[in-house]
Amino acid sequence: MRDRSTSAKTLLVLLSLACSLFGCQPTPEDGPKKTPQAGGDAGRPMPTLHYFTWSDYVDKALIEGFERQAGVKVAVDTFGSNEELLAKLQSGASGYDVVVPSDFMVSIMIGQGLLADLDLTKIPNAGLVMERLQRLPFDPNNRYSVPYLWGTVGIGYNSEVIAAPPDSWDILWDIRYKGKISMLNDQREVFGAALRAAGQSINAKDAAVIAQARAKLLDQKRLVKTYTSENYHQLLAFGDVTLAQGWGGAVARAMVERPAIKYVIPKEGGTIWADCLVVLKTAPNKGLAMQFINYLLDREVAAKTTERLLFASSNREAKALVPERIRGNPAVYPPDSAWDRLEWMTDVGDAVRFYDQAWTELKLQ
Amino acid sequence: MLAGWLLAPALCWMGVFFVLPLALVFVISFASRGTYGGVEWTFSLANYLNVVDPLYLKIFLRSLTLALATTVLCLVLGFPLAYYIARLPVRWQGVWLLLVMIPFWTNFLVRTYAWMFMLRAEGLLNTLAMGLGLIASPIEILYSPAAVLIGLVYGYLPFMVLPLYAAIERLAPSVVEAAWDLYAPAWAVFWRVIVPMTKPGIVAGCLLVFIPSLGAFITPDLLGGARTMMVGNLIQHEYLVVRDWPFGSAISFVLMGLVLAGVMAYVRAEGSRRELEVRR
Repeated sequence: MRDRSTSAKTLLVLLSLACSLFGCQPTPEDGPKKTPQAGGDAGRPMPTLHYFTWSDYVDKALIEGFERQAGVKVAVDTFGSNEELLAKLQSGASGYDVVVPSDFMVSIMIGQGLLADLDLTKIPNAGLVMERLQRLPFDPNNRYSVPYLWGTVGIGYNSEVIAAPPDSWDILWDIRYKGKISMLNDQREVFGAALRAAGQSINAKDAAVIAQARAKLLDQKRLVKTYTSENYHQLLAFGDVTLAQGWGGAVARAMVERPAIKYVIPKEGGTIWADCLVVLKTAPNKGLAMQFINYLLDREVAAKTTERLLFASSNREAKALVPERIRGNPAVYPPDSAWDRLEWMTDVGDAVRFYDQAWTELKLQ
Repeated sequence: MLAGWLLAPALCWMGVFFVLPLALVFVISFASRGTYGGVEWTFSLANYLNVVDPLYLKIFLRSLTLALATTVLCLVLGFPLAYYIARLPVRWQGVWLLLVMIPFWTNFLVRTYAWMFMLRAEGLLNTLAMGLGLIASPIEILYSPAAVLIGLVYGYLPFMVLPLYAAIERLAPSVVEAAWDLYAPAWAVFWRVIVPMTKPGIVAGCLLVFIPSLGAFITPDLLGGARTMMVGNLIQHEYLVVRDWPFGSAISFVLMGLVLAGVMAYVRAEGSRRELEVRR
């Protein structure tokens, strides 16, 4: 008798363990769970828009704004890198309507035939895109994409430790900051830093140049505390790292927590990027997708987005509505003086294999 | 006849959701990768040949070492705990088992983030140790293999404790008493009575800890700072970062093969040993 109760207990325990084992996958936690009250006849299922975006780009209030306005539900899923986005779409993840790839990934997705034509008549706000983000080489007529949020990649640093602003990428190879450096967990950007430091373009396609950058990065690895694209603003703010290669907006977030954090775009230059709104060819709800894109690009919504996410909006009228402390922050809006040394990342074609291999080697070491 | 029908739902389930995907992965492992990812259907063994590259062997070795260390630490920590629980009054056993399980009610990711806060330079552990004057300057634990080991041991300890508890609970105290009564020294009571009699639990616990920790990828990613890659991370990297599914599939199959071979070798050795004992 006693034996049986024991095995029943063990079984129960193992069962609950198994449940927790399979429940340990990361899940999109920011997805709206509330069903909005507005719109929709009773009995008719409410249309759902599926939005696949960067993990930093989710803001509940903004999404709920659209849900109320359009009387729909928005289901949000997130990704952490352009490569992850492409891999998930290629592996057959379907059902997404609006996706937010970066510039170079837009051209890859166009090449792969993944994108639907935008209906610009339904997106009047696309006409408000700032001058510098118009006619971008990868999609000059906004046939497939409209820039949404944009910014730069530079270095965030703790000015309590480093008094003089570092002006070169070389500081990320400075032995004095061993174990106090974080790099993005992003293949092209990490190579971009090494290539820039060596005076090369971030879009190098030559195997020998990429191999040199790889050697430089292998040499750097012992100084690097972590490769992360997600929580380095906390690492900066908490003092875990002194220097972080990062997206401007994330560094701006660290500044909120610790005002001593500063941001520079080194003299060798940095990346300028624009994350774009696109509609997938397989989108189940294209009409609603256009409506959603127009909503995100709206002047007021765009200004709120910049204020909350600390990434600059592409809407040229929005900047004036953003509070001065954010508008004047070089991590959010790069100063005019920096524009000359900013470079767009482009698709490197077949050379992507060299990058893939070198990145794997770097991560395996 | 009825028994056969009862089997059908489980068979269908396993066929559709386990065998079919696995077969697909197996087929892909012989294909090759297109420029932007995707799969090109040309048959080749190149992916399997690539796995033996020293670069990847190093990852396999590192994962094996970490998984073994995790298993040993879990066993060393888990055995006394399981023994203690199994010898409590039955009423209290439930309470203690519940305590072992409570962390599982929270998402694993959240718990891993909690560890990040504890291990960081200005985190709880360092602040505490410095406040007590134990260390002068913060120790950098986060983003090191040690942090990965801590995270793995923490995550898999219950998988060790529960089977051990079940085995020890079944061990009649009178057997241990008999050993004492017959003047067995402490080491002999442990090694020659307790261990052999709880061996099924030890083996089950070790397998339950070793296999999943070999394939772990969240812990090395978050606590190792994506610097200390394990096989799980390598597979994820191949699938989601460089989009080389054929190679990722090949690594998955090599990993599966290794684990299977290890377990089978053990079972066979155990089986023949038992046979020998019976014959004796």
